[in-house]
Amino acid sequence: MRAQFVASEVGNGLRRNLTMTLAVIITVAVSLGLFGASMLVRAQVTTMKDFWYDKVEVSIFLCSKGSDTPSCGSQAVTKAQRDQIEADLESLRPLVQEVFYESKADAYARFQEQFKGSPIADNVTEGALPESFRVKLADPTSYEVVASAFAGRPGIEQVNDQRQILDKFFRLLGGLQLVALLIALSMLVVTVLLIVNTMRVAAFSRRRETGIMRLVGASNFYIQLPFLLEAAFSAAVGAVLAIGGLVLTKAIVIDNILAPSFQFTSFVGWDAVLAIAPLMFVTGIALAGLAAFFTLRKYLRV
Amino acid sequence: MILYDRVSKMYASQQRPALDDVSVEIEKGEFIFLVGPSGSGKSTFLRLILREERPTSGKVWVAGKELSHLSNWKIPALRRQIGTVFQDFRLLPNKTVAENVAFALEVIGKPKAHINRVVPEVLEVVGLEGKELRRPDELSGGEQQRVAIARAFVNRPMILIADEPTGNLDPGTSADIMKLLDRINQLGTTVVMSTHDSNIVDQMRRRVIELDGGHLVRDQSRGVYGYAQ
Repeated sequence: MRAQFVASEVGNGLRRNLTMTLAVIITVAVSLGLFGASMLVRAQVTTMKDFWYDKVEVSIFLCSKGSDTPSCGSQAVTKAQRDQIEADLESLRPLVQEVFYESKADAYARFQEQFKGSPIADNVTEGALPESFRVKLADPTSYEVVASAFAGRPGIEQVNDQRQILDKFFRLLGGLQLVALLIALSMLVVTVLLIVNTMRVAAFSRRRETGIMRLVGASNFYIQLPFLLEAAFSAAVGAVLAIGGLVLTKAIVIDNILAPSFQFTSFVGWDAVLAIAPLMFVTGIALAGLAAFFTLRKYLRV
Repeated sequence: MILYDRVSKMYASQQRPALDDVSVEIEKGEFIFLVGPSGSGKSTFLRLILREERPTSGKVWVAGKELSHLSNWKIPALRRQIGTVFQDFRLLPNKTVAENVAFALEVIGKPKAHINRVVPEVLEVVGLEGKELRRPDELSGGEQQRVAIARAFVNRPMILIADEPTGNLDPGTSADIMKLLDRINQLGTTVVMSTHDSNIVDQMRRRVIELDGGHLVRDQSRGVYGYAQ
């Protein structure tokens, strides 16, 4: 094995086929970039789920006078009913992590705080807001247990799960991620096809050399190696560009634009980028290597 | 060195076999002319030695190995023992004379020191000393064929296959090339040469194997060109 000779063959091959080399680099960069972006969105959804599920509560709204839900019968909740509900909630520990009671006065104060400066705040009186229990669950997905135990009981108007509202949002993000992933996958297919074609052109344009190599008894490995290395090199350059794009996205779009504007939530950290980057690199090289290998097996036979 | 044992070769696209039940034995150090009209099976005969084709039936032995059972990864080792020269030279136009010859050694992984030593030696054997840095398009046809012979011979093969090596050359140049092939033969290499050139065959008086329509029609130890009756 003569490393210097192989390296010069690779260099010659890349230069002679420069337009195709550039095309491969760009498609690899774009497809891997999309692939990385979709992985980043997924990491973002996970981060947000962790962040928000930790904060969501199940709200058990109690009857006020005049509530027309059947379980209320237009009557406000009695003290006995309320105490019973609280005791039942306490009995659900450790599933239930914390229970707060929010009185009409508390609810009014919080409402005024939330809608400060908005005309809605002036139109709401203290009596209009229901009293409630705010329940924090150890596992936010076990909402159904609480809902089935309390919904429709006398004195309870409604059981609300904040997680359901968040889930709609997460489903939207998940859909976006899926679209990005599908585009990335189709781009990866395009990349593979392009590499197959590039290898065919390269093998054809160097058929004189490879023909002589076969005749003088060069091994298959030696004949194919420069082509394989060319494909791997182009893929590596494309992957590095894609990873650069991902790093810039994290540093500029996420850290400098999104994070300052949306301070109520957390964003993916560098650890996610660090986990995705090697995956992109390996995917790129492996796809190019396999595409080249199977093409060459067909076009450069002994 | 080379043994054909009842070898037939059918190509899928043709009804008539390219070679039909050919048996022939070529000893080490022989010089063979392979003659016959176009399409008589000469090229197929040569391609079978290189294991570029497999026989449809029968067996081909080269350098002690039976080729139809030779696994693919052993083919390069076989071809390193066989040098090949063509009518159209098949040089790399963007490489110099010395680089063209060195290429054959580089691609089989020979060390640089070895290449630097043997390339000038073989260029001297073929009479191209002083023209190492020329490119093929700066050489005459005869000189280009000398480069091709140098490339085929640089690895000191046991067998040299020449497929109409003088087909593109004028008679004077052809005679020089024949002297060179004769010299390589004297150095111990078995030479198998296909040709249409009757003058060369008649002058050299070597063993002649004649094919016609895939059949072996003549095997004469000190033959002349003319076709068998």
